[in-house]
Amino acid sequence: MIDVLYFAWVRERIGLPREKVQTDAATVADLIAELSAREERYALAFSDLAALRVALDQELSSFDAPLAGVREVAFFPPMTGG
Amino acid sequence: MRLSVQAEAFDLGAESNAFAAHVAGAGAVVTFTGLVRDNGGSLAAMEIEHYPGMTEKAIAAIMDQAKARWSLVDALVIHRYGRLAGGEAIMMVATAAPHRADAFAAAEFLMDYLKSRAPFWKKELSADGATWVAAKGEDEAALNRW
Repeated sequence: MIDVLYFAWVRERIGLPREKVQTDAATVADLIAELSAREERYALAFSDLAALRVALDQELSSFDAPLAGVREVAFFPPMTGG
Repeated sequence: MRLSVQAEAFDLGAESNAFAAHVAGAGAVVTFTGLVRDNGGSLAAMEIEHYPGMTEKAIAAIMDQAKARWSLVDALVIHRYGRLAGGEAIMMVATAAPHRADAFAAAEFLMDYLKSRAPFWKKELSADGATWVAAKGEDEAALNRW
């Protein structure tokens, strides 16, 4: 079971800020494929990966990164701080 | 080094003075303040979302990098989240160094990295609706100079 968090327009498209997900996905890309297969709103949120960033346990990561041992996955658009 | 991620407004003068009062060995203090642009009066408010936990870690890592690269006596980052009105201060950085070149460079480095590597997202609210501010290619490109 991992915590999956969504921020900014990803959160708005999916309609919730976080959820617990039961998954055997090996990589972030596998998790995205599982989520996208669930419902249209997920497929829509994940339709353009170039517009998304991912953090694993609060560190920026990449879509081909393995999920073994990861407790928290966050999806969000490119950051706009400052 | 101090970092604060907060909803409350901060007092730029008080923060700058407090920072500059405890920088023994420094010959230069640089401060930068980012304000909410009101887009010619059309902006009703800006909402800033962040990722509690990761935000603090990411900023601390950026500050550590700055400290490793330049001769810094001290550094300060304050960044707000929540709903802000046009003209309000969003964030500030302050750097103190023996000489101004390091203080300026470290402040610019902190700003460039806060823009694209600290997990904040800005949404502009106006009479026309709400729009997420898109990240700019030039902000990402700005990281390459470091």
